[in-house]
Formats: sequence, structure tokens, C-alpha cells
Amino acid sequence: MEEIYAKFVSQKISKTRWRPVPPGSLQTVETFATGSWDNEENYVSLWSIGDFGNLDSDGGFEGDHQLLCDIRHHGDVMDLQFFDQERIVAASSTGCVTVFLHHPNNQTLSVSQQWTTAHYHTGPGSPSCSSAPCTGVVCSNPEIVTVGEDGRINLFRADHKEAIRTIDNADSSTLHAVTFLRTPEILTVNSIGQLKIWDFRQQGNEPSQILSLTGDRVPLHCVDRHPNQQHVVATGGQDGMLSIWDVRQGTMPVSLLKAHEAEMWEVHFHPSNPDHLFTCSEDGSLWHWDASTDVPEKSSLFHQGGRNSTFLSHSISNQANVHQSLISSWLITDPAKDRIEITSLLPNRTLSVNSLDVLGPCLVCGTDAEAIYVTRQLFS
Amino acid sequence: MMPGCPFIHIIRKNEDVYSQILRKLFNESHGIFVGLQRIEEALTGKSRKTQLVRVSKNYRSVIRACLEEMHQLAIAGKDPASDRQFSIQVSSLSAMELIWNLCEILFIEVAPAGPLLLHLLDWVQLHVCEVDSLSADVLGSENPSKHERFWNLVTVLVLQGRLDEARQMLSKEASTSPTSAGMCRILGDLMRTMPVLSPGNTQTLTELELKWQHWHEGCERHLQDGTFASSPHLESLCKIMLGDEAALLEQKELLSNWYHFLVTRLLYSHPTVKPMDLHFYAQSSLDLFLGGESSPEPLDNILMAAFEFDIHQVIKECSISLSNWWFVAHLTDLLDHCRLLQSHNLYFGSNMREFLLLEYASGLFAHHSLWQLGVDYFDYCPELGRVSLELHIERIPLSTEQKALKVLRVCEQRQMTEQVRSICKILAMKAVRNNRLGSALSWSIRAKDAAFATLVSDRFLRDYCERGCFSDLDLIDNLGPAMMLSDRLTFLGKYREFHRLYGEKRFVDAASLLLSLMTSQIAPRSFWMTLLTDALPLLEQKQVIFSAEQTYELMRCLEDLPSGRPVRGEPDAQPLQDDDVEATKVEMLRLALARNLARSIIKEGSLEGS
Repeated sequence: MEEIYAKFVSQKISKTRWRPVPPGSLQTVETFATGSWDNEENYVSLWSIGDFGNLDSDGGFEGDHQLLCDIRHHGDVMDLQFFDQERIVAASSTGCVTVFLHHPNNQTLSVSQQWTTAHYHTGPGSPSCSSAPCTGVVCSNPEIVTVGEDGRINLFRADHKEAIRTIDNADSSTLHAVTFLRTPEILTVNSIGQLKIWDFRQQGNEPSQILSLTGDRVPLHCVDRHPNQQHVVATGGQDGMLSIWDVRQGTMPVSLLKAHEAEMWEVHFHPSNPDHLFTCSEDGSLWHWDASTDVPEKSSLFHQGGRNSTFLSHSISNQANVHQSLISSWLITDPAKDRIEITSLLPNRTLSVNSLDVLGPCLVCGTDAEAIYVTRQLFS
Repeated sequence: MMPGCPFIHIIRKNEDVYSQILRKLFNESHGIFVGLQRIEEALTGKSRKTQLVRVSKNYRSVIRACLEEMHQLAIAGKDPASDRQFSIQVSSLSAMELIWNLCEILFIEVAPAGPLLLHLLDWVQLHVCEVDSLSADVLGSENPSKHERFWNLVTVLVLQGRLDEARQMLSKEASTSPTSAGMCRILGDLMRTMPVLSPGNTQTLTELELKWQHWHEGCERHLQDGTFASSPHLESLCKIMLGDEAALLEQKELLSNWYHFLVTRLLYSHPTVKPMDLHFYAQSSLDLFLGGESSPEPLDNILMAAFEFDIHQVIKECSISLSNWWFVAHLTDLLDHCRLLQSHNLYFGSNMREFLLLEYASGLFAHHSLWQLGVDYFDYCPELGRVSLELHIERIPLSTEQKALKVLRVCEQRQMTEQVRSICKILAMKAVRNNRLGSALSWSIRAKDAAFATLVSDRFLRDYCERGCFSDLDLIDNLGPAMMLSDRLTFLGKYREFHRLYGEKRFVDAASLLLSLMTSQIAPRSFWMTLLTDALPLLEQKQVIFSAEQTYELMRCLEDLPSGRPVRGEPDAQPLQDDDVEATKVEMLRLALARNLARSIIKEGSLEGS
């Protein structure tokens, strides 16, 4: 992994997301969106890393990312997702969920739809219009699911004014993140260390399954599902621990990996190379976890040259019966045989890395040091 | 002013337009600052100086980058007011870079005589940049030597010591004007043969002096022989190269400032000047250049102080004339690492570096977003940093849980348990008020706050008493080791377990659990009645669940309860009905217990199968 470009952008970045490339097209990854936080005026911005006509000696493209357009956003941007090629959904700390529309012809963003009271508190002591931050949003065209600090889950559909379904008090603590397992099923993580699976086909307000760690109830901050195997899920916790779960097997994680020194904010499987996992944390580091087993025995000399890498074997907490036909390298139970190679991608220690996204050979991440880092050569 | 109301004014901080760019300055320099503090331990010996010079150059490149960007915006011409603001800021930043560069040469690089002049030449060349545009202008024209500003260009090149380029210009003039070709050639030779100390040259200073003296005499001879008499331009160039002050002062406009005058003067009259003699020449240059027409400006005073090697004066003057603490804080910190600042006891006991860093960091904390940078600055202030951080960090407004988590992480990394506790308590109270009992519990677990955990458990128990069922079962069922945080919480968990066992019809286990809850004293007295009432259905079961021993225990518990008196904490005025209900319950309990006792004695006394 070589060339990583940093650019200081005068706003603390809370989320970065690549614009999805239409499947089957030959387009390269070009555009990403960012959301800022902790400013008096926050912005959702679109940036381009497209070619500016300069090719360097390796045939790669030169130059940093340039701002295409931005739009004011009320409240911190707590989460951001691309709904489709033109629309971006943003979750706000004011409890509002907004859909922004990008107009490529004149490079502007506009508000296409907004649900202003998606998340709110109703308690004996809270004022009547007390808003609650919306902490997570996930999209699967045409549906949008949001979760918030009020423990509520909303299911919206684009172009419908009201929520299709709301589960009030789904959780007594804060829901930090949500992801789709299969289309009618979602998985949420909360601040008492539980994963809950909800099935929208069922009518009740109870989760269909609850999984948690047996030890301390460490809050979980992020979750991501394996792109090909819908039962494999990775979560990151407040103590920087990465856990891999198999939701079909029991209620405990398959592996627990000691990772960062502080909260892990985001975890992502690479969408086309799922043997690669990426995590970023409050401790200012971004790690690339490589569990691909097709690499031959490496000698230690191979890893010099300015990279920090360590070998770490799985620590297994549960000997589950794994179906041999669907082995994922993340679920393998033989600790002696398998190693995961971990590389730190950022050159210097910085303030917290709040967000990252990977698509194809490109990675983008944003930090509290008001910088955005982009690399176009992840697997060089 | 709010529309329609003449008496209320909305006051806002005038967030300057250029602050977007300054933020980049703050962030990038923060990275350099922290990097410097971290490598401090590793800095030893010879490499120390090169490392420190590199850090200084990093800082300067950050300033230059901001300068560039601001300059671009200033000339983009959006509107006059902001353009003016940008221009003011551009000149302020460029003054900062000028001062920093000089400090780097004199204090950090500590150039000795010889290389000193080369560095000063670089300094001047970097900061007087009209030359490049002039050069492009002249060279771009069809006939450069006939350009009206041709001689200006050549003069400026000579003033800046760029003799090779000047020679090229002269050769152009020579080729177009044969009459002066001879003179141009001679002058060009003089330029070529001027002895300079090139880096890596092994000649000593004395050798250089001797050679230079010899060359100087050669130039003088040419002047006196009148070699250049027919061309006033060439003659004045020769005089400049001899270091003639009058000739130099004639070029005031091209020199544009006194320090350029100083460096040129040194170049052509005292090239081996020693650092400690600089201030003589500096003072006289300033006086000659200003000529009594104008008085020195703040920038001039700062540069003078630098030439006099009076670091404290430099810092003091900069603090007065610049509008924010950024410049002095970082420069002082760097100079402190060069071990140049003696500890200067200020009234509150910390030294100058710490004072400036504290001021700067406090300013960062006043910004809604840059407080995270301020944390690191406080970390590196040994005396008052921690205390200042403790005071500031509690006052950061926490609008979302994510921000609170970041603040808490900062506190935990520095073992500021008091602050952790107080922040968690605030968040937990907010959560309780919003009926988010799970969040409240997770905050009290984080702060290891047993008292608050007790409060949350009491809320749960109260809800149960009022509604007859538990809310938030997902939380209570999955408490895990957190149960041990407070007795009340443990009781809550165990009580819920009792209900679960009952639901699974594991009556014997449920019964012994219930009993242990009472006998082990973790159940609050106020709850005993509820527990005993829960025992009723177990007593009424067909099979005997409680053993005789257990029944005796239960009876003792019942007697221990203050019967007929109001439950602790409730007001004395109780409606009569409650008393009746209480009395009835006690009656029923006594009856059930007696019956159970009878049955259990019989059961235990009989043989199997009978």
C-alpha cells in the first residue's frame, strides 16, 4: 500500500463514504461524500478524486481530492450512506434524517426529503420536544433504516412521508449502529454490548435473537456484515476489541481479537475482497486486517520497509460446528494454522480516525485532525 | 438585532473569513508540535540540530502553504471587504514567516561566520519576490536589453547577490550594443571572480577574506581607472559591488526594505561577518535606510531584536503585535527545545514557554471545534497543564454521546477519575430523565459509580411495583458481571432470575433463591413484603416446595417486618385501605406459612413411599 494523500479541510470529518459504482460498469471509483461534526455550521460535501489529466510515471493519477459541492447540514453528521447514485442519506444529531440529491449537471446538492422527528426522547423528565441524536442509518433501496440514542428503530421508504414501521423502545440503551442481514432482517448493536436481530416480517416489538459477550458489557460501536456470507458479522467495541460473530451459532462470538487501544469507530469488510477487513479507531490508527490464506510463508524480511505489521492468531472462545462447505477465513477455528496480517495504514499517529470506507482499490478516511486521507492503491 | 425588537441584540463572535485557512495552520502545526515533543527524548548529539532545523522548516512550509492559499483567495476578488481582510492576513502571515526564518538562521541553525551570509542571502531572496515577475517580464519581451526595466532587473540581481544571472543579462546587453561590449565583459569577469563561500568548500575563513580583499582591490582599481565611466549603469553596478553605501542607498526603491539593504551591504563589504557583529551593521543599516524620515515599525523592532540575539525581546514584541498566540507559542516551544531560553520566572511560577502554550491552548478551548488540539498542548505543560485541562474539559458542551465518549476517553487516558465520574453522572442523569435506563446503567458502569447504579435499580424496582412487570428485560436479563457493581443491582438481577426460574417451573430453585435474597440482606427492607407475597404461590402449590427449615426462616422474616407500621420513607398519612390490604396480606401469609410448615414436617418425617 503506497501513496496515501492527505488534505486538511478545516472541518472535523465524522463520516466518509464512497459513491457506489453501478454494478457491471467499467467506471472507476471517483467520488466520495463526507460529513462534518462539531462545527457551528456542518456540511455534507462531495469530493472527487477523478483524473485531472495528469498521469504519473506508474500510470496512477496525481493530485489530491477536490471539493465538488457541499450543503449545510443542521447538527452533527452522525452517519452517512449513499442511497443510490445520486442520493445520500444523512443522520443528524438533531434527530433528523435527510436525503440529499446530487445534481451532476450543475454540481450542487439539494435536500430531497427530510424526516425531522425521526428520533426523540419521551420521558417523564424530558421536555415535550426533546430531540435525540440519530446514530446510525443503513439503506437498501428503497428502504432506509435508522436507529438513535432514543433506542428507537425506524423503517422509512424513500418518497413516503411517514415511517413505514417504528419500533419504540427497541432498546433501553443507545443503539449505535445498524446493518442489514438479509433484506427483511436487520442487526443492531447497542451500548450494553448486545447484538439484536430484528425481523420486520414479524409484528411484535421484540428482537428475534439477542447475542452478547459473557464478560463485561462493553458497548459496541460499529458493525458490518460479510459481503458474501450473511451470517458472518464483525463488530467493534469501546475497548477497541474486534469480534467476529456467526449469528447462526449460539449467542457468543466466534473470535475476539484485541485490536485498538481505544474505541473502534468503524469496521468494514472489503466488498469485493472479503478476506480483508479495515478498522479505524479513536486512538488515531487505521488497520488493514488480511486474512487471506493464499499467501505463502512469509519471512520477516518481507515486511520491512516502513510498514508496521504484526502477526496475530485467532483467539477462540467458542468451538462451534462450522459447516465445512461454507468456511470463511474469519471463522476458522484452528489457531495454529491461520494467521491474520495486520498493517497500519496511516503514516503518523494523528487524532481520532472517525470513519473509513473501501471500494475497489480505493480507501478514504477522515480524522478529527480535520484531514481526509485517500489512497488509490490499496493492494499494490 | 432581532427584527422588531429594539432592545435585544444578538451578539456573535465575528468569525473571520480567513479562519478556514487558519484552521489548517492550527491543525497541521499541531501535528508538528506533537511530533516534536515525542522525538524530544530521541534527540541527541549532532543529529539534534538537523532534526530541529527540519522541524523549523516544517513549520515554515505550513505557514507558506497557508500564505499561498490566502493569497490566491485575496486576488480572486470576491468582494472588496473580504479582499482587504485577506490582504491584511496575508501580510501578517508573511511577516511571521520572515521572522521565523530569521530566527531559524540565527538561533536554530546557528550559522557561523561565512555560511551565515549565505543563509541571510537565501532569506532575503525568499522574501523579496518581485524579482521573478520582473525577470519574466523582461526576458519575455522581444528585446530584453532594450526593455525599460532591464537595468532595474540587472541591479536587483546584483543587489541580491545573484551574480550568475546578472552576468547573463550583461552578455545579452553586450551582444546588442557593441560599444559597451568590452565593459560588460570586464564587469562580467568581476562578477564571475568574486570569491564566495560555497557549501562544502574547504577553504577557511581567512583564505576567503584574503581572496576577497584582493578581488575588492581589483574592483576599486577598475573604478578609479574609469573603465566604466561611459556607462552610468555599469558604473553604479561596480560601485554597488564595492559596497559603496551611497550607491546602495540610491537603490532604495529596488531594495524596498532595510534588511535587504543590510544583507547586500554585508555581502559586498563584510562577507565574513560574525553573528555577534550583526547588530552593529543592522542598527546602522536601519538608521541609514530610514534616513530619519520615518520611524521603525513593529516588524523592524522585532528583526532588530533578533539581530541582537535578544530572544526574549523578540518574543515579547511578537506577542504584542500579533493578534493570536499561535506564532509565539510554537516558536518559543521550538527555541526551548534548542535550550535557548533560560527559565524566566513569571509571577505564577511557570516559565515563558509554558505560559504561552497555556494561553494558546486556552484559546483553542474557546473554539467550538478545536478543543481536541488544545488537549495535546496542555499535556506538554508540566506544571499547570493538567490542572488547566481538568478545568477546561469539564466545560465542553456535550451534545451527543459520541462527543461525550471522546471527552471521556481523553480523561481516562490521563487518569482524571474525578472528571470521568462527573461527566458520567451528568450523562446518566440525562438518560434517567429521558427514561433511557439502559444508557444510564451503562454510564454508571463506566464511571464505576455504585451510588448511581443503585438509583437506577431503584427505578426499575419501583416500575415493577407499579406495573407488576419489568420493563427493559433485555437489560436486566443480561447484566453479567456488572451486577456486582452495587448491591441493589445484584438484587435486581437475582430477583429477575427468580421470576425466570418460576416461569420455567423450577420451583425448588426459585424458592431457595427467594429465601437467600431475604436472608442475605441484599433485598431492601421495603421490598420484603413483595418478596413474601411472591412466596405465596409457592406455598400454595400442591407439592411441598419449602422445607421446614426454610419455612421457619420465612416466618422469621415475616416477624422481622415492622408489621402495621408504614413502610419506611412513605408519608404517615396512609389511607385506611392500605393498612387493611397490608393486614390481609400478612394474615394470608401467616396461614400459608403455617400450613406449609405442617405439610413439610409431615413430609420430612415420613418414610419414602408411605
